[in-house]
Amino acid sequence: MASYLVRRLLLMILTLFGISIIIFTLLRIVPGNVVDILFDAGGFVDPAEKAKIEADLGLDKSIPMQYAAWIGGLAKGDLGHSYVSEKRTIDEILPRIPITARLAVLALMFSVLFGLPLGVLSAVRQNTRLDYVLRVVSLSGLSLPSFWLGMLILMAFVATTDAFPIYSAAPESFWQALLMYSVPAAAVGFRSSALLMRMTRSSMLEVLRQDYIRTARSKGATENSVNYRHALRNAMLPVVTVIGMEAAFLIGGLIVTETVFNIPGVARFLVEAIRWRDYPIVQNLVMFVAVIVVTVNFAVDMLYAVLDPRIKYSG
Amino acid sequence: MQTNEYAAELSRAGANVGGRWSAALFLARRYPLGALGAAIMTLFVFTALFAEFLTVNDPLSTNSALSLAPPGNGYWLGADNFGRDVYSRIVFGARISLMVGIGATSLGCFFGVTLGLLSGYLSGWVDLLIQRLIDIMQALPLLVLALVMSAALGPSVQNVILAIAIPLIPSVARVIRANTLALREQPFVEAARAIGMSDLRIALRHVLPNTLAPLIVLATAQLGSTILVEASLSFLGLGIPEPFPSWGRMLSESAAEYVRVAPWLVIFPGIAISLAVFGTNLLGDAVRDILDPRQRT
Repeated sequence: MASYLVRRLLLMILTLFGISIIIFTLLRIVPGNVVDILFDAGGFVDPAEKAKIEADLGLDKSIPMQYAAWIGGLAKGDLGHSYVSEKRTIDEILPRIPITARLAVLALMFSVLFGLPLGVLSAVRQNTRLDYVLRVVSLSGLSLPSFWLGMLILMAFVATTDAFPIYSAAPESFWQALLMYSVPAAAVGFRSSALLMRMTRSSMLEVLRQDYIRTARSKGATENSVNYRHALRNAMLPVVTVIGMEAAFLIGGLIVTETVFNIPGVARFLVEAIRWRDYPIVQNLVMFVAVIVVTVNFAVDMLYAVLDPRIKYSG
Repeated sequence: MQTNEYAAELSRAGANVGGRWSAALFLARRYPLGALGAAIMTLFVFTALFAEFLTVNDPLSTNSALSLAPPGNGYWLGADNFGRDVYSRIVFGARISLMVGIGATSLGCFFGVTLGLLSGYLSGWVDLLIQRLIDIMQALPLLVLALVMSAALGPSVQNVILAIAIPLIPSVARVIRANTLALREQPFVEAARAIGMSDLRIALRHVLPNTLAPLIVLATAQLGSTILVEASLSFLGLGIPEPFPSWGRMLSESAAEYVRVAPWLVIFPGIAISLAVFGTNLLGDAVRDILDPRQRT
């Protein structure tokens, strides 16, 4: 187990290192840098001034040199400065994280709260009318773009209350804050709950076919006991993986939903930074996302070993 | 082989497997949701192919007098802020959507199959290298990688296709690799090796055809998500550039401010995206059930 852990950790570092190189290179093969964009907007270009700004930002150095400067800074905890706001990158990113984290947690809660029980119900009542309805609902959930769902929710608000659920930095009460976050979180969570529902259903059906379920039935266990004590506990294993996968899935939903609802979170900030060619923000944010995904995957693997005694990792 | 199993299943179920049409009818009856998906997809492809003949107004021509005109008067899904016909833009948008969907899926599958075959068949350090590359690509969410790729490549239809195709590679490569590893140990591959066939020939003639069924399942499942990612990219303003009518872009133009005054700008393009993706998902489920009976639920 210990040697497996070490191996996994080394692989994680290798993966993150690879991502840093790829993202860094990708961002720099773009024709035109932030200085070009700024001067485009200004209209007037003084070559000397442009060269000076480029030198100030370190854009005149070679790409490997720029990369070394970035990684060297990271090692010292220095993420550089935003090209656009000129603030420290860390000061731009950190205050936005709690906003997105609240949304993500609420969305995940929404997804588990609906996806899990409905998936189980769908499997237990396989091929009934209820199962068909739930399957169509989950499939349509996967087909609705979350930004469109967000817009429909906005429209429903306008139609019924004639008010926009606008994001405010200082909500008046806890309940107002909860409402402010839950509406966009539901828009994101609906899609994930659809995915979770499908996965739970197929995992549950797989388990219901096993021999030990037949054994439980034949020794006279009640239907409820078979479904919820024997089957559900075993079906939860693959579901844990899916909840882990949702981390990556949620990030995509958060990006578009924060844009629709005009929420100043870290996911929308990534898109803005990409538009502005604000390299220090983009590369650090992408690394941040990668660290989250890789860590969640690692945690899921470990959880798997804890939950399922049949799994023993060896080096 | 999968096809035999499938034929066997048809006859088990008492179907008349005499003609293609009766087989199709049998499948439609057995998988009604899949048939619905196929019908939606047919409509989608038909719209994309015959867009010119299905519209009266030019999707690109602007008319300030008609700005934000509600549905009616020849513009039966209304007009956008530039006075462009929403119906025409949705019909022509089907072409862009389908082009990007099929283009990105096939490109992603092509690279994924190549890497998966190489990785599974050659093993050794090639396998190790490809596996690490796939790990790297999989550590980023599809939309994030597509966003960065699309920004790096610049806005054009071809670049959007490429930007969406690259993040699809890992999942395809993984499935093909796993299949190749299993196939490599099969007696018919061993026999081919024994009679002195070259590795390349074995990989292409014996291994590749046997990975087709899982590949088709995967490709149909991916088609829906490529259409969604294109819509998201265009919605965020980093996808299909002007003047092409893209469904996602139509929604970004009609963002928050028009929600109040021109709901048709929000409703119709969204229905088009959802319907197209719903159709591919329904079809994808049915294709999986038919070609991969072990996964049937």
